[in-house]
Amino acid sequence: MTTRLIGAPVARREDARLLTGRARFIDDIALPGMLHAAVLRSPHAKARFTRVDAGAALALPGVHAVLTHEDLGPANAPMPLLNDNPGFIHPRMHRALAPGQVRFVGEAVALVVADSRYLAEDALDLIEVDYAPETPAVDLVAAAEEGAPLVHDDTDSNVACRTVDASGDIERAFAEADFVLREELRPERGAAQPMEARGVVARYDQSLASLTVWDTTQAPVSARGVIADKLGMPEAALTVIAPDVGGGFGVKIMLVYAEEVLVPFAARLLGRPVKWIEDRREHFVGSNHERLMVHRIEVAATGDGRILGIRDRFLYDSGAYCPYGPINAECAQAILPGPYMIPAVHSEFLAVYTNTPIVSPYRGAGQPHGNFVTEMAMNHVARALGLDAAEIRRRNLVRPEDCPWDTERIFQGNTPFIHRDSDYPAQLETALEALDYAGVRRGQPAEREQGIHRGAGLAFFVEGTGIPPYEGVEVRVEPTGHVHVATGYPSQGQGHHTTLAQIVAETLGVAPEMVVVESGRSDRFAWGVGTFASRAAVVGGNAALGAANAVRARALELASEELEAAAEDLEMANGAVHVKGAPQMAVTLAALAQAANPINTLAAGSEPGLRAADYFRSSDVAIASGVHGAVVVVDAATGMVEIERYVVVHDCGVMINPTIVDGQILGGTAQGIGGAFYEKLRFDEAGQPLVTTFMDYLIPTAMEIPPIEIHHMESRCSLNPLGVKGVGEGGVIPAAAAFCGAVEDALAPFGARVRAHPLDPPAILAMIEGRTAP
Amino acid sequence: MDAARRTVRVTVNGESHEKEVEPRLLLSDFIRHEAGLTGTHVGCEHGVCGACTVLLEGAPVRSCLMFAVQAEGASIETVESLADGDALHPLQEAFRREHGLQCGYCTPGILMTLKPFLAANPEPTEAEIRQALSGNLCRCTGYQQIVAAVRRAAAMLRAEAP
Repeated sequence: MTTRLIGAPVARREDARLLTGRARFIDDIALPGMLHAAVLRSPHAKARFTRVDAGAALALPGVHAVLTHEDLGPANAPMPLLNDNPGFIHPRMHRALAPGQVRFVGEAVALVVADSRYLAEDALDLIEVDYAPETPAVDLVAAAEEGAPLVHDDTDSNVACRTVDASGDIERAFAEADFVLREELRPERGAAQPMEARGVVARYDQSLASLTVWDTTQAPVSARGVIADKLGMPEAALTVIAPDVGGGFGVKIMLVYAEEVLVPFAARLLGRPVKWIEDRREHFVGSNHERLMVHRIEVAATGDGRILGIRDRFLYDSGAYCPYGPINAECAQAILPGPYMIPAVHSEFLAVYTNTPIVSPYRGAGQPHGNFVTEMAMNHVARALGLDAAEIRRRNLVRPEDCPWDTERIFQGNTPFIHRDSDYPAQLETALEALDYAGVRRGQPAEREQGIHRGAGLAFFVEGTGIPPYEGVEVRVEPTGHVHVATGYPSQGQGHHTTLAQIVAETLGVAPEMVVVESGRSDRFAWGVGTFASRAAVVGGNAALGAANAVRARALELASEELEAAAEDLEMANGAVHVKGAPQMAVTLAALAQAANPINTLAAGSEPGLRAADYFRSSDVAIASGVHGAVVVVDAATGMVEIERYVVVHDCGVMINPTIVDGQILGGTAQGIGGAFYEKLRFDEAGQPLVTTFMDYLIPTAMEIPPIEIHHMESRCSLNPLGVKGVGEGGVIPAAAAFCGAVEDALAPFGARVRAHPLDPPAILAMIEGRTAP
Repeated sequence: MDAARRTVRVTVNGESHEKEVEPRLLLSDFIRHEAGLTGTHVGCEHGVCGACTVLLEGAPVRSCLMFAVQAEGASIETVESLADGDALHPLQEAFRREHGLQCGYCTPGILMTLKPFLAANPEPTEAEIRQALSGNLCRCTGYQQIVAAVRRAAAMLRAEAP
């Protein structure tokens, strides 16, 4: 009998190293002769310069080099555009070092390489740049207007991209509406802020003319291509390794950041290993941001609360460049109808340059924004029509009997967004029961008379997961009996090695301890895209299953010859193939691996080794879904919010490892609560960042995050053999909307209506007092 | 700057280290790069995140907020001191069993915060556990499985106590 491992709460194989201090994060790498780099960053949001005087810096003993844009040659060509969009007007990408003009505070201007990081930072202070500051465009709304200061002088407007996505007959929807809601909704700017910032270490081997780059990237295989191109090297001479990485959440994938070119460049130039480690203050300006959008929506509804159409025109803050393309805006656009059957949706976005750090995906990648818009709109339409927030959702949900339901929306990866394999009405009822929603409603009238402001909020989510193009996995049985599993996509804490081992060990009937997993190294497996968009379990997991199944078939074929039994009479368990019902008639996988790699003759047409690689090609979005419910009590005197209950109903299909699934949901929800209530990046009018420490950027602690109650609904996904849907972002996507909905419900007697988050105490007090939020 | 170098003698995990260092060298950098104990992590270098927490004379401190020279003569414990060979400390075992870590970057600082906490408070309430954790930021877990791990560790440690 094969032991079931898929679905078991297996303890993680990653943990022992991490718990004992034996892990190897980027800054733990120490190489003989290693030098240390520091980046000179622009202090201005917009300025021109003609001269970078590094004389004094170079004179400092222990300083080996100061690189400016003039030293880089072709390596300083603009970075690639990762995601094109037909609406692009002015795509503008950053370069490794700014060539005479800077466009945000934090943009890289020079790189110092010295004996120590301390010394390198001393040298930064000695570099003189003749900046001539210019008026920046900082505010998103103002930057989008005609006549605004231009971020890129060779354009006629800050609008980088204008894209319309329309489905259904929007004019008819509004013509038939009994009620139209109009409002502006604004999720504010935030950032992923993993606990480990970024870092790069590079070593050049002069003998082989090859480079090894250790990089905190979420996409080492893809990064290798860009770095090889910039350095004018064959990909074959470059190895990119993602070591242990301390959280990613999207910010560690950009393809590529300046330092991913600069550090290998310097290592090759100097012939010595070079390390650059980003500090936290740098991370606030030198790494990408997310979340700011301004949505102006109109919602057409019937008198009984059916939504006929949504028209959304929104601004998306791209920051100073757009190397990632307007992915966040695209995802916000695609996700707009949520789980609701909305006949017409018309959305148009303007991706706008501002003189602020570059914007790229942070966990959810625009989906939290689109979700916030739709879910708040549901609440506000309900209130206008005198309906309960639960009832309006109930009336609009796509039902199982409607599926497959094609939203006619196009998601990231140019994939159709089609509802299937979920039961949204059942999710709603589960959440209402778990939350005792009816009980909260019953208690409210009496509580309000006593000045107690308790409220409940609901927010659905649908999450596009497992997006294209593909990932690959190789499975190889060693003559030692160990099974080697290799893939290109790396981990930043998701436990991929554990889940991949579960899949392969179960399929091959071996003990998980016999499975060795390697990932995120381009020298082990050099095909694939990366870890993002909740795709690893779906795309990588199914590739692992495919490869393991191919190895299994080959093992059975070999064993069939060896045991003189038909393959269908064989089974695999305990690291061997044996005849069903006769476990003594067995041959070990180790012996089969040896037989597959003979020392004398290899049969014509056959390949050596007991191994296979497989690629799972995704063509359709696997939609994970669920609903979050919050019960809060708001102190009307202080604006403080106590979260009494937080319930997550979640359907990610088959769970490979339920404990890891719970971890993803809990952590994502905590990030969502951070965005809902605490986290906001601010700039002054000159584009100076006002938030560059954890004293100003408030990441929730254990005191702020309430106990979260999870209810799983495990509807098998019909799009892949494992039956899985991704789980990385369902925690974060609806959290802001659930929380904001609960607060405005609690404050309904004041007519409070949430239009932006984070919802900090001053914003809540302003709602209570009927003022505009400060 | 070499002229200003000072000799620092500290004991880390029972082993003495004597190094000539610049007075401005952070204790966190001394532990990581001079003593070579890279289990202690640096998350913010301004004393908020708690990832660099070590025990100084038994009390938790943020090693990024001290200079190495200020630790002269002191005894320091880091995460590397917890396990006994391959046998995990009850705190580590509890974190493993309850999935109290994901990327594991903040974990060493959390473990070093909790060791003296559980010694002083062997049977903490959930509120006390959350308060004890409030000086350590974790971006992955949402803390719930950490709280469960602390509860389990407390029970394991109580069972071990004479």
